[in-house]
Amino acid sequence: MEKRVKFKGILLPLLLVLPQLLVTAVFFFYPAGQAIWQSLFIPDPFGLSMRYVGLGNFEFLLSDPYYRASFVTTAVFSLLVTLVSMGVALYLAVLADRLIKGSGTYRTLLIWPYAVAPAVAGVLWLFMFNTRVGVVTWYLGLLGYDWNHVLNESEAMGLVVIASAWGRISYNFLFFLAGLQAIPRSVIEAAAIDGAHFWTRFRTIVFPLLSPTTFFLLVVNIVYAFFETFGVIHTITSGGPQQATTTLVYKVFADGFVGQDLGSSAAQSVILLVVVGALTIVQFKFIERRVHY
Amino acid sequence: MATLTLENVKKTFGKTEVIHGVDIDVADGEFIVIVGPSGCGKSTLLRMVAGLESVSEGEVRINGARVNEKEPMERDIAMVFQNYALYPHMSVFDNMAYGLKIAKTPKPEIAERVAQAAKMLQLEPYLQRRPRELSGGQRQRVAMGRAIVRKPAVFLFDEPLSNLDAKLRVQMRLEIKQLQRELGVTALYVTHDQVEAMTLADRMIVMNGGRADQIGAPLEVYANPATDFVAGFIGSPPTNFLEASSLGIADGQQSRIGIRPEHMILTARGAGRLDGHVLYTEALGAETLVHVRSSAGDTLTIRQDGAAPTPPEGTDISVAWDETQQMFFDAEGRRS
Repeated sequence: MEKRVKFKGILLPLLLVLPQLLVTAVFFFYPAGQAIWQSLFIPDPFGLSMRYVGLGNFEFLLSDPYYRASFVTTAVFSLLVTLVSMGVALYLAVLADRLIKGSGTYRTLLIWPYAVAPAVAGVLWLFMFNTRVGVVTWYLGLLGYDWNHVLNESEAMGLVVIASAWGRISYNFLFFLAGLQAIPRSVIEAAAIDGAHFWTRFRTIVFPLLSPTTFFLLVVNIVYAFFETFGVIHTITSGGPQQATTTLVYKVFADGFVGQDLGSSAAQSVILLVVVGALTIVQFKFIERRVHY
Repeated sequence: MATLTLENVKKTFGKTEVIHGVDIDVADGEFIVIVGPSGCGKSTLLRMVAGLESVSEGEVRINGARVNEKEPMERDIAMVFQNYALYPHMSVFDNMAYGLKIAKTPKPEIAERVAQAAKMLQLEPYLQRRPRELSGGQRQRVAMGRAIVRKPAVFLFDEPLSNLDAKLRVQMRLEIKQLQRELGVTALYVTHDQVEAMTLADRMIVMNGGRADQIGAPLEVYANPATDFVAGFIGSPPTNFLEASSLGIADGQQSRIGIRPEHMILTARGAGRLDGHVLYTEALGAETLVHVRSSAGDTLTIRQDGAAPTPPEGTDISVAWDETQQMFFDAEGRRS
């Protein structure tokens, strides 16, 4: 059945989509255009004049070892955040799915962290892991482990990963729980009668049936780790030590607003734009082609 | 091949007792049907045998060995679910082979046993298909195939035909019966459909509100219902009930009388035991159901041959029956 509404003129439909178009134009097309334009220039240190350099900014970036290292950092960071947040969320969802008493409370509590802003989450974890007064640092000290993410690169990475993943667990948990509850009880029971114990059932029945949810979350989480973790990194490590936690997005900020190299920063934004585009295409393909049983 | 024994089996959810003690001895190879209305506890009883529900009290024994504490997989049973419960991401072959693979059966044997079951169920052309590419009847067969390849001691069926259309249901009913005979396996079958119960069962258990009202061969239950509930539930249209006092034959023991629709005949006004008028008639072809409102206000159904003359609606008539066909029930609904 045709459910589309048909308009006679062009004026009314245009008017209806205008607010959305305006928002997109002001907050996306205009800044994106500016970024592309600026990426072709190098401004002088006082911002008084600009020198046209063509693709010079890009050439410099791609041969810059720090920029290439940032790509690797971003990949490692995104992968870890995705794995940790999805792994923990799946584990909690499996537990919550089996819960009968108090499941409402349990779920509500698990969803709360999602409401905490990334920067605030960063500060919370920073307090706990503070090298001088942090609670966790103190306990680790008692166990004989000297925690210092200000100096140790992998500890710094670990901390930003935990802080970024923490808030995401709630989101992933919700999707996994919904996915688990959509699996008919009788299918699980049939597998139990067929002789499959819990782990076998999970591996051969539950996880494959959950795969559409898992695919979706995988893409969404990678995009999150790429672009929405700025607040966490900024509050906890500011990209350090030795740029060990400088992701691509953080580098745009650091080079542009701290290093005042606006041309390079703009060129990085353009590269990120391309990456976002590619990821979006991948995402849409996955969601469109999601395996339906 | 196995015997199945339920001994005073009870089930409580929290403080509510839903099954109040069921006893039955099922012989090897016997086909037992548990029948009753929704909410009578028949599915719960089956799930307790399967090990999907815990047994609150009493004992379930398979081949004489207590299985109360055993996991479903340790009980040597197979179950066919109402919604088939096929694994949607596996082919028909993998669905049937799943249990064997878990039991680490050698591959050639798996292939042989699945092929044998597929042949028996006419599923050979569909082995590589996914369940969603099959019709309802074919899915039903796959569910049966999955059960038979494992050669279980006891077959459990949980309303396996209720998702099929009427014609397919009749066909599958026959196939299930044939299959069970061929395999000679003990079967426990839950349904709310009394026709399925009558046609399939060697013996049937009529459940009512968590109690087994009667256990017996179908025809024996039909001819000799133990309670008014059984008399009303088994047989379609149901038994007609009359207050004994209204017929003037009450002696304290007998409070209600039941008479099957086919045991009542229509006679001219004044010639029968009960006067009334015809409410409406339903001609079904082979038979005609005549609904009568008696002078006392009871509604009765009379089943007569389709060829017999049907009185028009509103006709004053009388209803007659043979005294030997009267079934007496006491105030609690038991036969007296």
